[in-house]
Amino acid sequence: MDLLFYRYRHLTVLLVVILAQLGLLAFQVRNDQDVRLIRVWSVGAVSPLARVLEFARTGGSGFIDDYFLLVDVRQENKKLRDDLDATLLENQRIKAELETAQRAEALAMFQKETPMKTVPARIFMNSTGSSSTVFVDVGSSQGVQKGMAVITPAGIVGKVTAVYSSASMVLLATDPLFAAGVISQKNRAQGTLKGEGNGSPTIDFVQNEQPLEVGEWFYTSGNDFIFPRGLRVGTVTTVKNGVHRKDIQLKLSGFDQGLEHVLVVIEGVHAPIPEVPVESAPISLLAPPTEGAAPTADGQPARAAQTGPLATDADRVVDKLRRSGTVRSAAPDAVPAVPATPTPAARP
Amino acid sequence: MTEFSARYSDTPRKKNRIAQYKWAVIAGIGLSAILFQVYVPRFVSYLSFLELPLLVTVHFALMRRSPTLGVFLGSLIGLAQDSLSSNPLGMFGIVKTLVGYFAATVSQRFDVETSGARLVLAFFFFVFHQFFYWVLGRALLGQPITLDLPQTLLMAALNALVAVPLYHILDKLRVTE
Repeated sequence: MDLLFYRYRHLTVLLVVILAQLGLLAFQVRNDQDVRLIRVWSVGAVSPLARVLEFARTGGSGFIDDYFLLVDVRQENKKLRDDLDATLLENQRIKAELETAQRAEALAMFQKETPMKTVPARIFMNSTGSSSTVFVDVGSSQGVQKGMAVITPAGIVGKVTAVYSSASMVLLATDPLFAAGVISQKNRAQGTLKGEGNGSPTIDFVQNEQPLEVGEWFYTSGNDFIFPRGLRVGTVTTVKNGVHRKDIQLKLSGFDQGLEHVLVVIEGVHAPIPEVPVESAPISLLAPPTEGAAPTADGQPARAAQTGPLATDADRVVDKLRRSGTVRSAAPDAVPAVPATPTPAARP
Repeated sequence: MTEFSARYSDTPRKKNRIAQYKWAVIAGIGLSAILFQVYVPRFVSYLSFLELPLLVTVHFALMRRSPTLGVFLGSLIGLAQDSLSSNPLGMFGIVKTLVGYFAATVSQRFDVETSGARLVLAFFFFVFHQFFYWVLGRALLGQPITLDLPQTLLMAALNALVAVPLYHILDKLRVTE
């Protein structure tokens, strides 16, 4: 017996380890529970190192640009090209820093203006196995909980699927396991946003009879209890009738600027879907007749000196009010980020 | 010496072929491989094809020539990968456990220190890893995972090409007596 056991000891170990992991897997799937301790150990071991690397990358990029590259250039002994290259690199770096600062500023401005309670976060590493799951540098110590929405001022990004003390895992909206309730802006078509593992997620459960247009905006409907109603999702890129339901592809607006800084929604606030601005065709109007206008040389009456938006009395009244600050002008296609009558979102 | 001990104990010749590494080196390399996988592709996206944790598992299993060590190393690295993914724990763990076991078993029968053998083994174990991950994902979890064979073969070839110089570097970290 001992001989048999010794002979197959490696195989025995293999079977025991495989069976233990199968049991672990079955436990998680059956009870829909996670074995948190192992994940906490791993995230605790890897995330500090990733943060150090991130710190070194952001802090050291300027040093590398300014020192190593310049040393190489000096060795080439081409002074004029050196200066040009260094300037271009510097411009590129400053431009990148400016873009980063602008994104961070937009995020801060959005966070200040929105009635929702949010926490700014930075994506600092990917997960293994899938590029559509990432880690952000805020966790339970900042009030983050599993199931919270992750957004940018431009649109939704994903949702929190696991929380650790100083880091959280975020399932991006491009992941095949992601789903969110959405509604279209113009035709109010309700559907479910589903990731496809690429940059073009789809919208399911929109009936063929429901009208929908390419370029139409989709917003969160609030029906999924994750995303508050009224957040931008994206625009329709393709739409066609399927067997029972429409085949719709979407371009996510939240991913347009690249993902680095995001906001985790701690306390969501529902808001109405913005109305589509009515596009009015330009109307040509004659200027009002002017008293005592002298005819021109060709015998025609002179045109009014002032034309355009202030040509009527109503325009003058509006202009007066605008100057006094009572009426503010708005871009016709501007979609308000935060609608006027928000209501607190109920979290189940 | 009994027939048993003569047959199953390590012979002096075989012992000489077993590479020794410090445990800190094995742990550090494994952690670095996982860190590389989660961090570097964020900035150099085309490097996401590299499955460094797998290559490291194969290397240490091949060099230590112990299936038991291969099993434990594979399961540890795999579970660490699982912990950093959105999948249930055990998917990468089971697959890498199998990889560690079979890599060590192969190393007991063949000379695995030549570049050609390492190239072939890295290629084979990458395909093996991806295939079993696909089988487990579909069979146990019912996930809609697809196995793109041409892409898998291409990635296996690229990983094998990286494996040869990587293993050469890792050989330098052996404990010399």
